[in-house]
Amino acid sequence: MPSGRSGTLIIGLGNQYRRDDAVGLIAARRLKERAPEHVRVLEESSEGAALMESWKDADAVILIDAVHSGAEPGIFRRLDAHRQPIPTEFSHCSTHTFSVAEAIELGRALGQLPPRLIVYGIEGKIFEAGLGLSPEVEKAVQKVVECVLADLRCGSDDRLS
Amino acid sequence: MKSRTIKVDYLARVEGEGALYVKIRNNTVTDVKFKIWEPPRFFEAFLRGRNYSEAPDITSRICGICHTAYLMSAAQAMESAFGVSVDRQVRALRRLMYCGQWIESHALHVYLLHAPDFLGYEDAIQMAKDHPEVVQQGLQLKKVGNELMALLGGREIHPINVRVGGFYKVPTKRELAPLIEKLKWARDAALEAVRWTATLPFPDFEQDYEFVALRHPDEYAITEGRLVSNKGLDIAVGEYDDHFVEQHVPYTNALHSVLKERGAYFVGPLARYNVNFDKLSPLAQQAARDAGLGPVCRNPFKSIIVRSVEILYAYDEALRIIDEYEMPEEPAVEVQPRAATAYGCTEAPRGILYHRYRVDDQGVILDAKIVAPTSQNQKSVESDLWQFVPKYMDLPPDELTWRCEQAIRNYDPCISCSAHFLKLHIERD
Repeated sequence: MPSGRSGTLIIGLGNQYRRDDAVGLIAARRLKERAPEHVRVLEESSEGAALMESWKDADAVILIDAVHSGAEPGIFRRLDAHRQPIPTEFSHCSTHTFSVAEAIELGRALGQLPPRLIVYGIEGKIFEAGLGLSPEVEKAVQKVVECVLADLRCGSDDRLS
Repeated sequence: MKSRTIKVDYLARVEGEGALYVKIRNNTVTDVKFKIWEPPRFFEAFLRGRNYSEAPDITSRICGICHTAYLMSAAQAMESAFGVSVDRQVRALRRLMYCGQWIESHALHVYLLHAPDFLGYEDAIQMAKDHPEVVQQGLQLKKVGNELMALLGGREIHPINVRVGGFYKVPTKRELAPLIEKLKWARDAALEAVRWTATLPFPDFEQDYEFVALRHPDEYAITEGRLVSNKGLDIAVGEYDDHFVEQHVPYTNALHSVLKERGAYFVGPLARYNVNFDKLSPLAQQAARDAGLGPVCRNPFKSIIVRSVEILYAYDEALRIIDEYEMPEEPAVEVQPRAATAYGCTEAPRGILYHRYRVDDQGVILDAKIVAPTSQNQKSVESDLWQFVPKYMDLPPDELTWRCEQAIRNYDPCISCSAHFLKLHIERD
């Protein structure tokens, strides 16, 4: 392991050509404009191995992804990966290779989760091919962005712990 | 009369959605169905009316794991139909990229999907708690494959850099150089991996399969060759349809492929190994021998060892290619379409991937046929279960089910690739 961790990292996940599945990417793009300079923002597909690689040196990671659990579209959840397992709906929209939830659980089993790992899951409505978020999900983006910015502001205390 | 049913509605640790059904009556297996119930994909129909140049990128979307195989089979088909040969170094780069694909795919299967079967874990996450070093090594091996793919293909999944005639962009020798140390580390790790897989417990199970793989006079065939089997098949790719036929089977959305004369056959790492052992590099051959494999291996459970031998070979070959690489002057040659039937076949991680296109004089695709490795292995999967279940009938039900799933995972089935066009018959009075 290289020494020295590399601060806070935001990772937006999804497929931009699958309507609401793009919500993590879109939130990440907006955060790129508004997050403090030292915070890195990445857009990734949901390939588990690549994900584990991208977060391996970070002190704190915030993941944003679409979920499909049957809840009302636009509802979002904020999970602390160190306090609870990641529910399987985080697997739903990823490629078949190995999913976000599996990457987190595998990272946990290997003792390789970043010291702080927060996961935002936004309930999507439409996952068919195409561009553009559904209105409910579009509304949620702004709220999630504000929540993440609040997480960053409180970086060292309990919000990001 | 006593009857038992083994039923698995969702097969775990395979790509895509498939099911298994085995019926046992009076200690005799009376039915075996390996069902691929993922919906049909209609890619062959999408291709009609599209330009020849779109075939690689469209078909690569069939699979998130073996994308490169589709790019290469499609490009090769069009190039051979239009009488184009790619530059020697372009060809080498394609082989290098394909090595990256094999590594990505095999490392995932060996460590995260198949190993838990042998060690008795539900999945890799459970296995990682007790064997972190094994999973860690798998992830590292996969990562170097990913890097190779990203450098040559533009990204790890669904690479975008391959075109009919060559590549859009080729790397300089200097751009490849930083990979060398990583590849050397990975080659050493892969050698250890072969040794480790050899220590796993294997059921005593063999069948007299017909192994079909590409064979090339100068190399372990990946991107081109003749279709050869251990039972006398030796044909050009363009003769595929004379010897193989696809059959529709009611309970699966993937057509079953058979040899017209002899029925079921076996494709993939084990087939390649058996057809081409003599073409593996000395390092890979020695590692296989040290792992207790001879030049022929008929135990499909040992495909996990063979996959690790292929990972080792792919790293060894990648280093050789990079060492000999000189950047070509042009990344691609010009292509002039003409009316033709185009045939392509390359060795996807799971076995031969056959493409056939009919193209008009403007280069517009008139029809397409794609035969994925998993659809070719379906009959062998079922035949294994017919033979395997009677031998292990006395196991407790859960364990027998587990063993059956393991037997299917020997083939590393890629179900999404194989889900195929379903023929619709309407009967009217």
